[in-house]
Amino acid sequence: MCLAIPARVTQLSDGDMAVVELDGVSKSVSLALVDGVGVGDYVIVHTGYALSRLDEDEAKRTLQLFADMAAAAP
Amino acid sequence: MKYIEEFRDPDLAQGLARAIRAEARADHAYRFMEFCGGHTHAIARYGVTDLLPANVRMIHGPGCPVCVLPVGKVDEAVALAGLDGMTLCTYADLLRVPGSGYDSLFKARARGADVRMVYSTQDALQIARDNPARQVVFFAIGFETTTPPTAVALTQARAEGLKNFTVHCNHVLTPAAMRAILDGGQDGVEIDGFVGPAHVSAVIGTKAYAPFSDDYGKPVVIAGFEPLDVMQAVLMLIRQVNAGKAVVENEYTRAVSFDGNLKAQALTDTVFRLRDSFAWRGLGDIPDSALSIHDDFADFDAERRFAIDTPTPRENKACACGDVLRGVKTPEDCKLFGSTCTPDNPMGACMVSSEGACAAHWTYGRFREGGRG
Ligand code: SF4
Repeated sequence: MCLAIPARVTQLSDGDMAVVELDGVSKSVSLALVDGVGVGDYVIVHTGYALSRLDEDEAKRTLQLFADMAAAAP
Repeated sequence: MKYIEEFRDPDLAQGLARAIRAEARADHAYRFMEFCGGHTHAIARYGVTDLLPANVRMIHGPGCPVCVLPVGKVDEAVALAGLDGMTLCTYADLLRVPGSGYDSLFKARARGADVRMVYSTQDALQIARDNPARQVVFFAIGFETTTPPTAVALTQARAEGLKNFTVHCNHVLTPAAMRAILDGGQDGVEIDGFVGPAHVSAVIGTKAYAPFSDDYGKPVVIAGFEPLDVMQAVLMLIRQVNAGKAVVENEYTRAVSFDGNLKAQALTDTVFRLRDSFAWRGLGDIPDSALSIHDDFADFDAERRFAIDTPTPRENKACACGDVLRGVKTPEDCKLFGSTCTPDNPMGACMVSSEGACAAHWTYGRFREGGRG
């Protein structure tokens, strides 16, 4: 139930709804719980609702941190 | 950036494993609880424990929504579904959870009850709109991630004046369960820190965990659900322990902020209120640990609308789920694990959902080829 995965918004629809792409499959989800999401944004979708937007800069920073840790380890 | 594959890179995983081995002190035992079933699942699926040194142990926590629902609540769902003219909607996992005498919503459906699995609260609303002659109840379960979607549905139902839609509310609160684990006393489990929830934290924010670092002196690192996220969080916890620190850190900055999702929090506050107490499987009665529906939405509250009478719930004595949820036993400690109890024929709630500790161990463990099962 909690295994929400990142999905890309491909289209905004009426009434807080949007179409997202999840693993190549299109799905209709609600944007009622997030403000300011646009086409192209990645969101965490949980039981049919976007709960949070994914921040690309933060994601890159985290990946860089992994790489630094891995490189520094003996 | 797809936010998935990048966070599963095997070379980086080996690198993080080396970093963990280098920093974990040989003379120290580290015991970290991953609160969330999502982390339990990731740890089992990607074999994260195999990459950790023996003195770094992961303990599964109670963060699996169907697992913590006590038998009595399953019985209530079955009773509700059996009422005349009733359609009961709920998330798929709940259908197979055994109640008293191994009854379940699945069996209720086989007996003729109208039980529907829904993916979203929007589906439940639509079933109500499409079937005005039936009463449609959404049996709501879950932590802070599933609560706001229930709140949206209740707000919509009221705005539309739907007369045949109600919610049976069983939403529970993560910090209350973490507190119960730490207050466990003698038969509790000793832990040195928490890998904090991913998506629950996207909703409630990292601010919600301050009591655990400040009052209990336990480090908390919020982590994403991919294997590298978990490993990085473990490394951050080891560093805190080594430094004698206890603070709340956030590994999952791409989705989680200090404040969390304020819109979802405000909506939740409008639609729900704190319950005095709620019975959890494994953790027992915990005060202020769950939500009920606010008086303003009383017409949409199934508990107030429908009287159901269920006999005293009967636990399956052989199932060790309660101890597994408290972290004092592992799935393999249960005599039924993999013999009588498998995901195809679950004897307890922890074997039902892919986030349940028993199901995750069975599905991704080596028991099939190995000595057991
Ligand atoms: S293996 Fe089955 S019976 Fe044993 S604790 Fe897990 S869910 Fe319960």
